[in-house]
Amino acid sequence: MAKYLLLKHYRGAPAAANDVPMDKWTPEEISAHVQYMNDFAARLEKTGEFVDGQALAPEGTWVRYDGEGRPPVTDGPFAETKDLIAGWMVIDVDSYERAVELAGELSAAPGAGGKPIHEWLELRPFLGAPPTITECTFK
Amino acid sequence: MTRINEALLRSLTPSVLGILVRRGADFAAAEDAVQDALVEALRVWPADPSPSSELHPRALNFVRAGETPLSREDPIRDPKGWLVTVAWRKFLDATRADAARRRREDLVDEEPPPGPAPAVDDTLQLYFLCAHPSLTPSSAVALTLRAVGGLTTRQIAHAYLVPEATMAQRISRAKRTVSGVRFDQPGDVATVLRVLYLVFNEGYSGEVDLAAEAIRLTRQLAAAIDHPEVAGLLALMLLHHARRATRTAPDGSLVPLAEQDRGRWDTEAIAEGVEILQAALARDRLGEYQAQAAIAALHADAPTAEETDWVQIVEWYDELARLTDSPVVRLNRAVAVGEADGPRAGLAALASLNDTLPRHTAVAAYLHERDGDLTTAARLYAEAAHKAPNLAERDYLTRQAARLNARLSR
Repeated sequence: MAKYLLLKHYRGAPAAANDVPMDKWTPEEISAHVQYMNDFAARLEKTGEFVDGQALAPEGTWVRYDGEGRPPVTDGPFAETKDLIAGWMVIDVDSYERAVELAGELSAAPGAGGKPIHEWLELRPFLGAPPTITECTFK
Repeated sequence: MTRINEALLRSLTPSVLGILVRRGADFAAAEDAVQDALVEALRVWPADPSPSSELHPRALNFVRAGETPLSREDPIRDPKGWLVTVAWRKFLDATRADAARRRREDLVDEEPPPGPAPAVDDTLQLYFLCAHPSLTPSSAVALTLRAVGGLTTRQIAHAYLVPEATMAQRISRAKRTVSGVRFDQPGDVATVLRVLYLVFNEGYSGEVDLAAEAIRLTRQLAAAIDHPEVAGLLALMLLHHARRATRTAPDGSLVPLAEQDRGRWDTEAIAEGVEILQAALARDRLGEYQAQAAIAALHADAPTAEETDWVQIVEWYDELARLTDSPVVRLNRAVAVGEADGPRAGLAALASLNDTLPRHTAVAAYLHERDGDLTTAARLYAEAAHKAPNLAERDYLTRQAARLNARLSR
């Protein structure tokens, strides 16, 4: 029982095997892709492993504190930002192996020519609650 | 609704479910019906005026399967009879609705069949079923909490931080998985204990106290089956639970065992855990939970950290390693060796273990600090923090690195 974040990048991931930008696909290919993603999420709900899934707008704003009584400073977006998150899915699974299996399936979503994109997805474990029993001296 | 009533209700869940199954309801439908009855009970039962009424002798005057409750409208007098009646009615309603949907003409008997006398304890059978080896650990945990523990899907979903819809699917899938398993089939106690151990050890603190729930379910199991490892697990849970209040500071940070305020340990829980453990050990059928409980008992028994009997703890780790052959046990043994025979001996024990083991680096950092090599210890604490499996441990290890770095820079 562990939660994992599946991260999809607009930018920053290694190149996919079927690396054609989405606006160069046919409308049917886009529909097939969207359908695949929806079906994947629905299937995870059925297996009791789905926690959350969201997509993000490609452009955001950078914000920082600017001192007492002053409004926050905003900046960006910066075109040179290397790592750009496109969206995520959170899953709750029994093992790391299962998380890898699911990420692999998601990466097989069809793209140009109806062929799998082989897109690189980033799999990150959540830091959960500390267990009661570890028998370590620091617990 | 008061707590008392809800606790009483939930303790009745497994036997009510068992009665429905013995009357011929299939497990999945019976489980749904019992859940519906519990929800109904919480809605309509009068609030408990006094905490002592749970102990009122008449409240525990349960009816047996096949008997008609004396008073169907008096839940306080006969809560179990009330639940059986309502759950059976819910089951019939659901079955009829289902039958109507399928346009079948099957006639469902209004009166429950008498049902055979139980050959084995229903409660025990439920534990076996909900921990069936065909289930994944998370499914077994969810099903156990609902069908044996009487928790609602929403409560279980909250406890594991997943959406209610996801938990509902996990539970119904689990029920489908075990639907072909015969109810009276004997099971393996070890699988049940593993599930209860998971409930105790993993999960978040929300509305439901999972550790307390695990103790309640293990206690109930211990009453249904005479097995030294069930007693061992119950003792283990009680001994760890006794230290719970002292394990974290008010800000949520971890307090290591050596620095815990032993005056605040729950002496009643410790005494009970030790007594249960001693009775189990006397039967000379040692298992891993008894061995783990023995280690916890030795910690609980030490008035100060310095007075801990580390030599005996190392011996118990040797037993545990023999029983489980677990690398995590050998890692913890290295810590105990470090305390019993000095940090160099601990580091020597550590050297033979794979350094990719979780917490290996944290143990190495601790032993190097004890050995006086603060530079190495500080570096390893920082490295261990980077690899920590949860936030509380990461923060703890980062603070250890910072503490040593501050000393080194003076």
